[in-house]
Amino acid sequence: MATSASAYENDIKNLKATELTLGLPGTHLQENIPIIDQEKSSASSSSNKRPLQLPHEETSPAQDCGSKCSNIAKNTDDDAAPPPSKAKIVGWPPIRSYRKNSLQEQSEAAGGIYVKVSMDGAPYLRKIDLKIYGGYPQLLKSLENMFKLTIGEYSEKEGYKGSDYAPTYEDKDGDWMLVGDVPWDMFVTSCKRLRIMKGSEARGLGCAV
Amino acid sequence: MTHSGSSLPDLPNCTSTAAPMSEIRSPPPDRVLEIVLENVLHFLTCRRDRNAASLVCRSWCRAEALTRSDLFIGNCYAVSPHRATSRFRRVRSLTVKGKPRFADFDLLPLNWGAHFSPWGSALADAYPWLEKLHLKRMSLTDDDLNLIARSFPSFKELVLVCCEGFGIAGIAAVAANCRLLRVLDLVESVVEDADEDEEVMDWISCFPDGETHLESLVFECVECPVNFEALERLVARSPYLKKLRLNHYVSIPQLYRLMHRAPQLTHLGTGSFCASDDVAVGDQELDYSSAFAACKSLVCLSGFRDILPDYLPAIYPACANLTSLNLSYADVNADQLKPVILQCHKLQTLWVLDSICDEGLQAVAATCKDLRELRVFPGNTREEAEGPVSEVGLEVISQGCRKLQSILFFCQRMTNAAVIAMSKNCPDLVVFRLCIIGRYRPDPETHEPMDDGFGAIVMNCKKLTRLAVSGLLTDQAFRYIGMYGKLLRTLSVAFAGDSDQGLKYVLEGCPNLQKLEIRDSPFGDAALHSGLHHFYNMRFLWMSTCKLTRQGCQEIARALPHLALEVIDSQEDKADDHIEILYMYRSLDRPRNDAPKCVTILQ
Repeated sequence: MATSASAYENDIKNLKATELTLGLPGTHLQENIPIIDQEKSSASSSSNKRPLQLPHEETSPAQDCGSKCSNIAKNTDDDAAPPPSKAKIVGWPPIRSYRKNSLQEQSEAAGGIYVKVSMDGAPYLRKIDLKIYGGYPQLLKSLENMFKLTIGEYSEKEGYKGSDYAPTYEDKDGDWMLVGDVPWDMFVTSCKRLRIMKGSEARGLGCAV
Repeated sequence: MTHSGSSLPDLPNCTSTAAPMSEIRSPPPDRVLEIVLENVLHFLTCRRDRNAASLVCRSWCRAEALTRSDLFIGNCYAVSPHRATSRFRRVRSLTVKGKPRFADFDLLPLNWGAHFSPWGSALADAYPWLEKLHLKRMSLTDDDLNLIARSFPSFKELVLVCCEGFGIAGIAAVAANCRLLRVLDLVESVVEDADEDEEVMDWISCFPDGETHLESLVFECVECPVNFEALERLVARSPYLKKLRLNHYVSIPQLYRLMHRAPQLTHLGTGSFCASDDVAVGDQELDYSSAFAACKSLVCLSGFRDILPDYLPAIYPACANLTSLNLSYADVNADQLKPVILQCHKLQTLWVLDSICDEGLQAVAATCKDLRELRVFPGNTREEAEGPVSEVGLEVISQGCRKLQSILFFCQRMTNAAVIAMSKNCPDLVVFRLCIIGRYRPDPETHEPMDDGFGAIVMNCKKLTRLAVSGLLTDQAFRYIGMYGKLLRTLSVAFAGDSDQGLKYVLEGCPNLQKLEIRDSPFGDAALHSGLHHFYNMRFLWMSTCKLTRQGCQEIARALPHLALEVIDSQEDKADDHIEILYMYRSLDRPRNDAPKCVTILQ
């Protein structure tokens, strides 16, 4: 734990990505404040802030209460091109996690791509953000978890084998396609909504490709 | 009102329903006074009055204890279940609150506590006649729910708010066994999903056949599909059902059917408010507004998850009668909201997302003259320079909604002027909670701290009991609070203040303070010390990421033996003595023994 922590600390120093600012609203986002060292914290008189503590690894299902205790500034950004996201403080703003989970957070500058997902035979409808997936495998895994079913293996010729369900989507032209037919990036930009088809209809669609 | 037993002819209008009276013609002299007292105390329903009565003398304390049927435990660790049930023998309705509020924001470690089990077993023994149980921020398991379901034959009402640890199986047990159930309200609670391999239990079908006594069924937070046919049958055989709040697995065509089954509904949570994709658009579209027209008694609407804004006009027929509207889960913009708002003349409670914009708040101000409570939640929780609502919206609301009593307002920018305006325009304010999402943000026009705004609130709003502050605040803000916040009971502070003096002002100045929650503020041991005279009067104090040391807390613990000081720390060995979280509360009993490892209880 210690080694990964110090490695991460070095990364932060190199990245200059701390997003805590004292600037007035409208101050340029690129202004950075150097990380306050642990030793200096008690000496700093005017600063009201605690020193930036090292973020912990995300522990899931956290039996370790450490991941919940400290004022963690999670660096939500990765090495993407858009401007670095502001660090998130745990529990701020004070919104109940129930509410946070129910609402979809507007994704950043690029904008999230939310599509509705429906499943045949079920009255419920879900919404997902295609931007959060890196590719088809993650998307399909997520759908499987969401609807508690297994989607078969994709093959170009035969569609989805091995299960009754096949994921389809409606594209910009209003055509229903099988998920996986086009490259991922093209899919993300052209997909209007998703529908998990069941049974023969699903198989029929696969063959039509 | 009827005559009581003939032994007391000179006391008309006495009813004794609290304790079973013996049939003795003339009770012994020392009992006469107690019987009189019990009869009189029966009329005291407010718990604060009862607490005062119980302090008069021993016999009043006894009489009061025997006649209290509604027991409120504000902190489950303040008193042991055994002590509570030993003193109050005839409780029919119990409310227990567990975790501190900051647990809602993930600031408390998992498994911290607030387990219901010890209470469950004590209640099963002591109050077999228990009818109502309200729990908030408690951790309870399916076994606990099973116990509740089987231990209380007269059980009528279960309300679980922000609870966790249980699943569908527990709910099913309650549905199946509590034959007299009137209220089953599951509010913002985490209901564990079934395991991947298991079928989701159909708890709706567990309600017994035949007519039910159900008056309220709230299950918005239950995150799994329900058997709709069973739900429809249940609603059809529940003639007393007034409140129905569905989860988002119920689609709008299904809602339509339910509403036609239950036109007597007064409170409705709409579920998803969009159609399933099985129905192609334009294909047999039902007239949803007819359903809202049919429910002539609707006064409260909520839900609207996954809303398709096209369907929003369906609620128009109900708008004129609505007193409460919760659109805070509805992703709709100002243009879609305004036509709704403009029809809601009787609205007293409104919860919305900030997507309503200042413009939408203008419509609220113009239309909802009776508004008492407003909550504006953020759609985006990032710290931005601008947001859809601002000081403009707040000011406009203050001008239009003069009867406002409670406000919770999230925004990215706010001026002192607007807050001062609200303090003058809305003198009835009891709750003022302003959350400027950008931390340490000053007034964007004057570049001053927000001290004066909050100062005006405590000064002008003479009925204020709850306050939450934000923005750039110096010790001056706390000086105002200490000076004027004499009725203040709850105070929430985050990222504010300069020095110990700030907290001192509050602890020395606010005699009614009961709940104080502070995070990320530079208050240390000296400040904490200044509250010694007051801590026994408080329900709790929470301080996280402040400047407290273990040594400082230890001194408080030594000085006040009936305080439990929970020090919560994630790191074992640290360079300095500073602690992360202090959660402190008065307690009549020994420190709890169910705390996780990261919690140390100082004595």
